Amino acid sequence: MHVTSDKFSDNARAAIADPQLQTGLFVFGKIFPLLREATVGKLPEFDALRDAAKDIKVHTLNNLGTYLEAFEARVEEAGGRVHWARTAEEANTIVEKLCAEAEARNIIKSKSMVTEELELNDHLIGKGYNVVETDLGEYIIQLRKEKPFHIVGPALHLTAGQVSETFYEAHKPLGRTEKVEDKVKLVEEARIVLRERFKQADVGITGANFLVAETGQVAIITNEGNADLTATLPKRHIVVTGIEKIVPTLDDLSVFLRILPRSATGQETSNYVSLYSGPRRARDADGPAQFDIVLVDNGRTDMLGTPVEEMLRCIRCGACLNACPVFTTVGGQSYGSVYSGPMGSVWTPALASVSSAAKLPNASSFCGKCEEVCPVRIPLPSMMRHWREKEFEAHLTPAGQRWGLGIWAWLGRHPSLYRTATNLAGIGLRLMAHTRNGRRMVTKLPFIGSGWTQSRDLAAPPEPSFLSQYREGRRR
Amino acid sequence: MEVPRRMSGKSVKDGSGTGKSVGLFVTCLVNTMRPRVGFATLKLLEEAGFEVTVPAGQTCCGQPNYNAGDREAAKDFARRFAREFSQFDHVVAPSGSCAAMIRVHHPRLFDADDPDKELVDAVAARTHELTSFLTDVAGVRTTGTATSETLTYHDSCSGLRELKVKQQPRTLLRAAGAEITEMEDAEVCCGFGGLFCVKYPDISGEMVRKKSDEVVKSGAGAVVTGDVGCLLNIEGALARRNDPVRAYHVAEVLAGMTDDKPRNEDDA
Ligand code: SF4
Repeated sequence: MHVTSDKFSDNARAAIADPQLQTGLFVFGKIFPLLREATVGKLPEFDALRDAAKDIKVHTLNNLGTYLEAFEARVEEAGGRVHWARTAEEANTIVEKLCAEAEARNIIKSKSMVTEELELNDHLIGKGYNVVETDLGEYIIQLRKEKPFHIVGPALHLTAGQVSETFYEAHKPLGRTEKVEDKVKLVEEARIVLRERFKQADVGITGANFLVAETGQVAIITNEGNADLTATLPKRHIVVTGIEKIVPTLDDLSVFLRILPRSATGQETSNYVSLYSGPRRARDADGPAQFDIVLVDNGRTDMLGTPVEEMLRCIRCGACLNACPVFTTVGGQSYGSVYSGPMGSVWTPALASVSSAAKLPNASSFCGKCEEVCPVRIPLPSMMRHWREKEFEAHLTPAGQRWGLGIWAWLGRHPSLYRTATNLAGIGLRLMAHTRNGRRMVTKLPFIGSGWTQSRDLAAPPEPSFLSQYREGRRR
Repeated sequence: MEVPRRMSGKSVKDGSGTGKSVGLFVTCLVNTMRPRVGFATLKLLEEAGFEVTVPAGQTCCGQPNYNAGDREAAKDFARRFAREFSQFDHVVAPSGSCAAMIRVHHPRLFDADDPDKELVDAVAARTHELTSFLTDVAGVRTTGTATSETLTYHDSCSGLRELKVKQQPRTLLRAAGAEITEMEDAEVCCGFGGLFCVKYPDISGEMVRKKSDEVVKSGAGAVVTGDVGCLLNIEGALARRNDPVRAYHVAEVLAGMTDDKPRNEDDA
């Protein structure tokens, strides 16, 4: 996975300075969490469902091979095919071959973050195919050549005005000369343009929210309905999905159907929940003639048995993003990865590499809000801390920081020097302080402290350290 | 290193929480940046009837190293901490974050077969954040003084989410006669996050800007919190924008030590 996460700090700075983006972030940070709370509040068994969901996932991950093979057998019984892809390249090559087999030119897509992870679009376009995203948000960012902003709302950061500009430019060659501003009209315009794409498409590619081992079915949960068109109109339906999406039974699926929409958008249920069970049968009125599923590993099995195994429970609801004060300050594109926010800070190092994503696991204050809302109870801060440990072991932690931590650890082994050092620090701060509004404040700190005084003062300690005063007999 | 006999597994207290001895862990930020919080804590614990000792060999709970991925150093801090505090019935810290580090994270650092595991677990189980100790363990209903200012309480993340500290400080403050006006997003992180605030100063600065907005909007005369890290962060942001709203640690308010006059002025 190609990432640009090393630019996180600069991206974040730019995002903070962008007032329009900040307005868009408000939707994620305020409105989604409020909607989530409201619908969750109406479901007394929500926490019990989370426990059940977690247990199902833990059990499934412990028996991953068994369930995937059972799934494969059911799919084949229904006349579909299952392909196993170890890497992104393998997955892309398989999809390309399937498209070639179908003698396709036009490909439509819906509802797939994993294909973003694989950069499948670039691959297929490079081989000469027309690839069009049909989810409104994905379509918009495809036209704008952007990366998704959020795993659930890829274009929710954009204003109607920006979308209007984008559509105007992109649709002009199609003979649409009117610039549409109204939101409803924009959706209508997209619908009209995409209708032609649906009609022309030879292959439809979708992702999957869940795979049901018991029945060999693929579950897709959406609000737009275009995933169903993508899956049923073209003659070939290709499902590209991560192996961790498997659940054992339909009963298990029902648990996730109840927690996913609530966690993601605060809906009690989504508009469409579809189960796909293979290609069209003789008596079916419609549906694809061929049905293929590409099961993508791309680093996932490497996570099994490691401290980040729990991350494989993730159902991509995005609740942790909406709850994260860092995500809602800097936005998804700052992360330089398909997966952003707390979940992305764990997924990205796992799927790309620890070194290329080193900044992300550090981009958290460990406030713990993400873990609080995660419907499958992934301990996200611990997962991020694990990557920080890997960075520390690999000497990727910045030298200044390592040095400071080393001194700190050394002081920890020498309590009397610790007391002296902390006293000296206090004295230093008092020397640097000056009076502001009747209080002694430091307004400019050197070295690593300059980050602090960039946006706030520091109250200088008014007196020697507690331990030294206590040692000298002060008790009150 | 040799473990003193009194600190070996056998003499470890069972954590039943009935005894009166308290080991006070003052935490690095209290020790260095806000010593008054330490004395306030001492006062509150003694007034609640405990025999308080401040072990001289204490340093840090190891949180900076732990969160920076320096697990070995964190383990070292944890081991030392457990030895230093092993002989008390309770260990109390005026910080949700440090208390959570000790209670929740220290035990996770040691494998089951580690010779220090038992001691670390036992000390962890007896360690408490100040306000939850006073209310939940000691059963304290009231403490002395509060302030006449209207207060707003910022819920520091670790205390809130890892130790479930939410009502305890509010209960104590109200019992002491304080009026609390809740700010919006009281549970949202202030952007401190230990080293996070200097690793990502832009993001942290924006987070504390939002937080100080809410503090000001609440109309309170002072913001109160249970962690000196958050306190310095919010206080510093308020000062930078020239806002007169003050920031106090809950112990300072409960112990009536909210004046900024140093007790022991040195000439530095
Ligand atoms: S980590 Fe949890 S909250 Fe975040 S997207 Fe995955 S399932 Fe949802």
